[in-house]
Amino acid sequence: MTDLLAYDFMRYALIAAIVTGLAAPAVGTYIVQRRLALLGDGLGHVALTGVALGLLTNVAPTLTAVAIAVLGAVAIELLRTYAKTSGDIALAMLFYGGIAGGVMLVNLAGESASTLNSFLFGSITTIDAADLVTVAILGLVVVLLSIGLSPQLFAVCQDEDHARVSGVPVRLYTMLVAVLAAVTITVAMRTVGLLLVSALMVVPVAAAQQLTHSFRSTHLVAMVLGLVAAVGGVVASYEIDTQPGPTIVMLALAVFAMAAVARGLMSLRRSAP
Amino acid sequence: MTPPLTARGVEVDLAGGHVVRGVDLTVDAGEFVTLLGANGSGKSTLVRALVGLIPSRGSIELFGTPLTRFRERWRLGYVPQRPGSSSGVPATVREVVTSGRLAHRPLLGFASRSDRVAVGEAISHVRLDAKADQPITELSGGQQQRAYIARALVGDPQLLVMDEPTAGVDAESAAVLASLIGHLVDDHGMAVLMVAHELGPMRPLVDRAVVIEAGRVSYEGPVDGIRHDHAHDHPHIGAPERVRPVPEEGPLG
Repeated sequence: MTDLLAYDFMRYALIAAIVTGLAAPAVGTYIVQRRLALLGDGLGHVALTGVALGLLTNVAPTLTAVAIAVLGAVAIELLRTYAKTSGDIALAMLFYGGIAGGVMLVNLAGESASTLNSFLFGSITTIDAADLVTVAILGLVVVLLSIGLSPQLFAVCQDEDHARVSGVPVRLYTMLVAVLAAVTITVAMRTVGLLLVSALMVVPVAAAQQLTHSFRSTHLVAMVLGLVAAVGGVVASYEIDTQPGPTIVMLALAVFAMAAVARGLMSLRRSAP
Repeated sequence: MTPPLTARGVEVDLAGGHVVRGVDLTVDAGEFVTLLGANGSGKSTLVRALVGLIPSRGSIELFGTPLTRFRERWRLGYVPQRPGSSSGVPATVREVVTSGRLAHRPLLGFASRSDRVAVGEAISHVRLDAKADQPITELSGGQQQRAYIARALVGDPQLLVMDEPTAGVDAESAAVLASLIGHLVDDHGMAVLMVAHELGPMRPLVDRAVVIEAGRVSYEGPVDGIRHDHAHDHPHIGAPERVRPVPEEGPLG
């Protein structure tokens, strides 16, 4: 571990992993609560268009990805609200438009497949100090809002009708959840990658659900498990020379499997005479 | 005294059809009014319009304030039909009931001591103390409905609007709810508007029944004046002299 920290890029990668591991499940819990687990995937594809736009225009891809992903998040909520489009159709359109636009713009920018690959599946060696500052600030905002507004976000995601009658600005908060998801995707882009970031939003929440009985404990345990998977995945990817995104996701899935087994054992123990 | 709910000429169009047509309705303080009607008669749509969940024409006032300008949301309690069924992360009874206190809170901030006391009392009132920290999804349908009613009551509302609260609910839960609502109406002057298909143990509490047929009020008066035609599955009026004149079809001012 000590020699890991001797490298600047590894220190940056580990800090980015800590931020990503906390932020992704923090907002992912609300996304799972609203049964929009694939929202992160759709927004990840849209963010790819943002990355490609950055490469084409020589602007930092992190910034263009944030801008385009947030626009995509707003678009999906507006489609769901005003166009009478169901959530899954709106998400499907994001998938198609995002990936098609991203690949087209990358082609126009004359970038190589390996450049694209580093954004799709993460690359710990590409995180620089400027990226880290952006990632840390955005990640902190996501975590603070996800926890600070948890009573309102919980009420809206639990029962929109009741929240609306209670005077909660439901449209504002559903939009906020989508925008926080979009920002989180950009935060996680360098470590987990755009194609797998959704897994870090969903899998730790699913794992936490195996072990907890309340929304609050699910939220907090998911953040801890996300942190473990992200940091453990970055360390493992360095040790075994794999891309960080797939390594983090496989570790998160392993955590889920262990949590599911633990739940099964606890159920057996409770039902034993 | 200003009635908690006054509606005049309420009309709702959904999917190009007139679902609610020129409904007038008043609920006074301490009064228990039930909306009856067959499936698809428009009673749930009317209630959703009255609490502002769907757009409508006509005039709706809550406590004398037009619905669009009504800000004292804590005065209104609402129990939706089959609420909370879409949530993907289980929440405890206490967490769900606590969300009913939001109208009392500032934009930012967690539950205060008074919120926690009110939540504990509301859970006790629906006799779910032993289940307070269990996931609501692990409760029976009747117990879940009791929890959602506790959520509606935890803000101390002066008008409680319920959409089929006893549908599919076991006899014990229905009796608990009837006892609680009766106490709140009689002792605290709470007004109640309840959509129902069957009244069950709520029947003795009802002051006035309003029957909706094809989006219009077809009867308004004592609940005893209604008989249920099982063959056609919709309420019929047993006392024609109590039928209130119904406006002609067409836009109302």
